[in-house]
Amino acid sequence: MSETHAETAFARKAPVAFVADGQIPASPPPSTAVGPVKWVKDNLFPGPVNTILTLASLAFVALLAYEILPWLIDSSWAPADMSLRGCRAEASGACFAVINERFYQFIFGFYPPEHYWRPTLAFIVVVVSLWPVLFPSAPRKLLILSALSPFICYWLIWGGSIWGPVAVLAAPAVGWLIAAKGGGAITKIVGEDFGPLATIVAAVAGVAIWLLFFLGPVTGALISIAPLALEEVASNRLGGFMLSLIIGLVGIVGSLPLGIALALGRQSKLLIVKAISVGFIETMRGVPLITLLFVASTLLNYFMPPGSNFDLILRVCIMVTLFASAYMAEVIRGGIAALPKGQYEAADAMGLTYWQSMRFIILPQALKISIPNIVSSFIGLFKDTTLVIVIGLLDPLGLSSAIRADQAWNGIVWELYGFIALFFFIFCYGMSRYSQYLERKLRTDHR
Amino acid sequence: MKSTYILGAMAVAGLAASAASAATLDDVKAAGTIKCGVSTGLAGFSNPDAAGKWEGFDVSVCRALAAAVLGDAEKVTYVPTTGKTRFTALASGEVDILARNTTWTFSRDTDLGFDFVGVNYYDGQGFMVPKSLGVSSAKELDGATVCIQTGTTTELNLADFFRANNMTYEPVPIETNAEAQQKYLANACDAYTTDASGLAATRATFETPADHIILPEIISKEPLGPVVRHGDNQWGDVAMWTLNALIAAEEYGVTKANVDDMKANSNNPEVRRLLGVEGDLGAMIGLDSEFAYRAIKSEGNYGEIFDAFLGPNTAIGLERGLNAQWTQGGLLYAPPFR
Repeated sequence: MSETHAETAFARKAPVAFVADGQIPASPPPSTAVGPVKWVKDNLFPGPVNTILTLASLAFVALLAYEILPWLIDSSWAPADMSLRGCRAEASGACFAVINERFYQFIFGFYPPEHYWRPTLAFIVVVVSLWPVLFPSAPRKLLILSALSPFICYWLIWGGSIWGPVAVLAAPAVGWLIAAKGGGAITKIVGEDFGPLATIVAAVAGVAIWLLFFLGPVTGALISIAPLALEEVASNRLGGFMLSLIIGLVGIVGSLPLGIALALGRQSKLLIVKAISVGFIETMRGVPLITLLFVASTLLNYFMPPGSNFDLILRVCIMVTLFASAYMAEVIRGGIAALPKGQYEAADAMGLTYWQSMRFIILPQALKISIPNIVSSFIGLFKDTTLVIVIGLLDPLGLSSAIRADQAWNGIVWELYGFIALFFFIFCYGMSRYSQYLERKLRTDHR
Repeated sequence: MKSTYILGAMAVAGLAASAASAATLDDVKAAGTIKCGVSTGLAGFSNPDAAGKWEGFDVSVCRALAAAVLGDAEKVTYVPTTGKTRFTALASGEVDILARNTTWTFSRDTDLGFDFVGVNYYDGQGFMVPKSLGVSSAKELDGATVCIQTGTTTELNLADFFRANNMTYEPVPIETNAEAQQKYLANACDAYTTDASGLAATRATFETPADHIILPEIISKEPLGPVVRHGDNQWGDVAMWTLNALIAAEEYGVTKANVDDMKANSNNPEVRRLLGVEGDLGAMIGLDSEFAYRAIKSEGNYGEIFDAFLGPNTAIGLERGLNAQWTQGGLLYAPPFR
């Protein structure tokens, strides 16, 4: 810059009065163009409309705080008389003593207190086994735990002998053994053309025979050798957030694979597969969840032989999973439909089989597109678990009305609902954040 | 059309199958526990305490029954039922007895295929108003806004009452009792109407209960009682006479505290038969002779149960009213133990 000045001055052949011999140090930007002031100006008060909106919002927040903060601060946690009357005698605000007294009931329902460690451990197992599924940085060997965790958790929560879940777990192993070891022999007998089909039929039949005829005796024999039993806990003792989490997690974990299968089935060129998938999806989506819960709780009882006791929570889990998988199927079908035709043609051109093209080309892209909707479905499903209140299961909302029936706590409303809302918010917000993380991680397009 | 028939036939077959297993008493003895359908939560009648143990006026019926049949009041499996699931739960055998503030009506007793084994609480629909409203009778409620639970018999009773008295009202529909409390306290309605026991329980939770009055008019009959399946008369008898034993015990002055003494020393033949000292009444319903003794020993007589959960010394603070013994001007009247 200084040279330029000098040159122009020289060109004009005028006497040089002053030539700067260095650069003037940059002065700090004006305080209105940087830092918090600028941020506030840009984001809160950029124009008259936004200024008014900002002020109105601030006033609203202030009003809320003015109403709620005294209620929260002047709250009663442990009055001498553990009841609403005791709270009122002690403080004018919230009566959190009810949460204090019923905290474990909210978490575990009527689960025997001396066994609280079992659902807690099951929860830890779930968290650890979800880790490798959700985050690729986790050690891959944990996936073995993920596969086993449903059986571990069932055993921990419901108790009984460990051999029951183990024997059920052995069923897929039986099928795999038949398919892997007996496949060659079967192919030799029925010939090359029908070999694979016959192997599959034999494996399925083997699993069925195992479940129907061998499960009971084998389990009985193992129990008589070494019981390895936890004390059994009946389903009617489960409740609270544990129940919500059980139904929600089973629904979420079960509905995704089922939904993918149904979505592929609906796109299939095979008539029967397609008809079954469409029929299932439309039936399940056409019926409110509440109706399905009533079916699970009452109608199924009529159809089963008298005296048979098919666990209510299991029935509800199955119904919720089927319901959620119908929605999941449509969400994933949306993702599949969003892929350009060229992707399918490219897969065909590569000479990939149907399953290969689905696995390597179509589904990875379709699932990625569907992530926000999948997570939305999960969140919706998780919140829908509170509907089980209509069939008399004591989920957190059911417990809140049961607690209100206690003479000590009759009349408490906001504290209970606030606590339940907080719990659901934590889980739903967590799912939402995870979906955003996943979207960022998988972003490969040119946005 | 055809599939409808098939479904119908399956349902009928299922019903027939469940009705075929009639001997509930044998099933209960074999299982060692009574499956008792209770309300998911109704103040004073059934609610779980902090330890998850069910308690309340209706729960005591189940406990007394378990003490009578199985010898241990703890041998009850509680099945929380809602107003929507209670009848199917009973019909399908999911519960053995429903002790859940259920109103005895013609159609429930006949068409639904149940038997009411008696009445353990005579309730009726009433009104609650703030004192500041200056109303002392329900007949002065012309033009009032009334909080009312939708889809219940109370809604129909309310309409009948106002029509019969040539009055108008404006309903404020609400879903649950908790919601009603909030609405009523926020002055969204002038009056709140539901069963009188519910009104008392609700009023007891207010910060200033004295500012609200329950009007004297009772506009409906709500006899609440335990229900069993129709067709299993033995089980029905067991439930009925266990309930009657609790009522008779109060009439004869047998209490939880003095039952052992009465059993040993009482000269009243009625008491001696009730407690199984004379005769063998228990054997006639498939139990031992001490079934009533055990029920009273474990839960106390009717009056004691009432006082423990609903009476003047509880937060709910209900008077006996219609639920007093017939000798005290109430409706409780146990047939003779003979």
